Amino acid sequence: MIFSFDLLINAIVSGILIGAFYAAVTAGVSLSFGILDIVNIGHPAFVILGSYIAYIVNTTFGFDPIVTSIVVTPAFYLLGTIIYQIYYVSFEKRGQESLRGLAFFFGLLFITEVSLVLYFGVDYRYVQAPYIGPTWHVGSLDIPLRVLVPSVVSLLLIAALQLVLTRSFVGRAIMAVAQDQLALKLLAVDPIRIKRMAFGISIATASLAGAFLIIIQPVEPSVGREYIGRVFAICVLGGMGSVPGTLIAALLVGIVESLTSTFYGPSWAPAVSFGFLLLTLAVRPAGLLGR
Amino acid sequence: MRSDLFLLVCLAVGGVVFAAAMTLGNDYYFFAGYVVLQYVVLSTAWNVLGGYCGYVNFGSAAFFAVGAYATVAIHRFHPMPIPFLVAIAGIASGVVGLGMGYLTLRLRGAFFAIATLALAVVLETLTVNWDYVGGSRGAYIVRPEAIAPFGSYIRYLFLIMLLIAIGAITIARLIERSRLGLGFATIRDDELAAEASGVPTLRLKLIATTISGALMGMAGAPFPYYIGFLQPSSVFGLDYAINSIAMPLIGGTTSWVGPLLGAVLLGSLQQIATVTISSAVNLLIVGFLLVGFVIVAPNGIIGLIHKYVQHRPDILIGRRRIAADAPGPTP
Repeated sequence: MIFSFDLLINAIVSGILIGAFYAAVTAGVSLSFGILDIVNIGHPAFVILGSYIAYIVNTTFGFDPIVTSIVVTPAFYLLGTIIYQIYYVSFEKRGQESLRGLAFFFGLLFITEVSLVLYFGVDYRYVQAPYIGPTWHVGSLDIPLRVLVPSVVSLLLIAALQLVLTRSFVGRAIMAVAQDQLALKLLAVDPIRIKRMAFGISIATASLAGAFLIIIQPVEPSVGREYIGRVFAICVLGGMGSVPGTLIAALLVGIVESLTSTFYGPSWAPAVSFGFLLLTLAVRPAGLLGR
Repeated sequence: MRSDLFLLVCLAVGGVVFAAAMTLGNDYYFFAGYVVLQYVVLSTAWNVLGGYCGYVNFGSAAFFAVGAYATVAIHRFHPMPIPFLVAIAGIASGVVGLGMGYLTLRLRGAFFAIATLALAVVLETLTVNWDYVGGSRGAYIVRPEAIAPFGSYIRYLFLIMLLIAIGAITIARLIERSRLGLGFATIRDDELAAEASGVPTLRLKLIATTISGALMGMAGAPFPYYIGFLQPSSVFGLDYAINSIAMPLIGGTTSWVGPLLGAVLLGSLQQIATVTISSAVNLLIVGFLLVGFVIVAPNGIIGLIHKYVQHRPDILIGRRRIAADAPGPTP
């Protein structure tokens, strides 16, 4: 492989764009795993579900996938609260969340994936939108709009999430529930209700992330699997539940993956995030911006 | 029951199973039975780490694949008899298990589970990029048509898998009743307290990951001969991971009976569903059963039986009395 400056710049820029999108996918996990200690290993499956909803609406009515995903967030929120309620009653209350809770979410992941396979088959699906196709050329830099648009909206999503978590009462309560449930009770706030809301929000972000995903690349049901490791790697690297940390870690993973696939070949890229994960866990388990 | 006696009983049961399959005559039963037995080994192996120590391994497929690819690599070098391949595969994946143990020594709970998932992807990436064993294109292994005393080759493979399963169950039972098993249980119940009381938790965890990994690799060793065409995406698939978790959890994780029960029930159900409905639907069934069982019956089928007997301690005595009192044959 001939090393060229243009190639390097292009790889870094596309890494940053993809990284912003990774941050949107990870945001939900940072909420559930990072803050609530709920190991929602099935999160990528909800992302794929979001992709398919965007796909169905896009092919039947021709609506914009991002607009669709924003419209269906309440449904995802509701789904999230229902799942949390089941999780709470069956596992958290009984104190069995570690082993069986994991198996529960793994089962959900599997059910979602196989159901989608049964209904849609394993063909790759894609959406139509005006910004899919054209590419901006800035000097030697190529910026495909199909990546740029989701990245920008991802950054908005991350900013909104950070604002909600740090400025609103519910957001602060969510941050507090991770630290001291009893103190929250003393303030006459029901910690379970707050957790339910937080988990609902976490699943709601999956709807948006799903739309971004299907804009960036064609989607088939098992695409979610490669995101499991990436998402948890970013979450751990970012310091478990820190939104700015998540963004930084996501950009980092995006850039390194992009460089790897440019200079070594795309088949090596999946190992990057997992390598990151194993390294982080071994060297600095608290992550970059750990609490 | 003493362990050598137990092994003899297992061998006798295995002999009956094999004889029964032989009398049925149809090779299909061997093909289906092989898969069920393979799951018996995988779920028993998963349970050594997951059930006894309480460490969730999502990477079962990786160990299975290490075993399968060890076979492919050796076969390409020089074809060898399968029992020998099983031993090599066991060693190879045992070493991988030990390595995973070292990497994840400090990780607990969810972090360990995610790390095993990560390991599976790293190994898959390595395999995809390893041209000697076929890379992403996959590898063909031509299965001999027949082998000396058994007739068709699948009967031979079935017998090997049967023996591995018996070995795995005996090892699991041996662990359960030894100091090792007690040590594992202390890790599961409270690792900090165990460490504080002088239990060598780190060493025990390494032993558990090694045994568990080695058994999974042994289950994978004959697989290339069974399937004929090995591809990374299928052998590293989530199907193995979910089955080897679902089966012990559905059966019950505290003893060797659970994984055996779960694997035989769920494995047979899947075989029936594959033939009668479709192979995608059978995975859906596994998913629903797993979710249903962890919610409703957290201790699996064994737990349900225990609960039933505990609530009705008279159940055994009662039945006997009724039978004795009844004048005629009871319905």
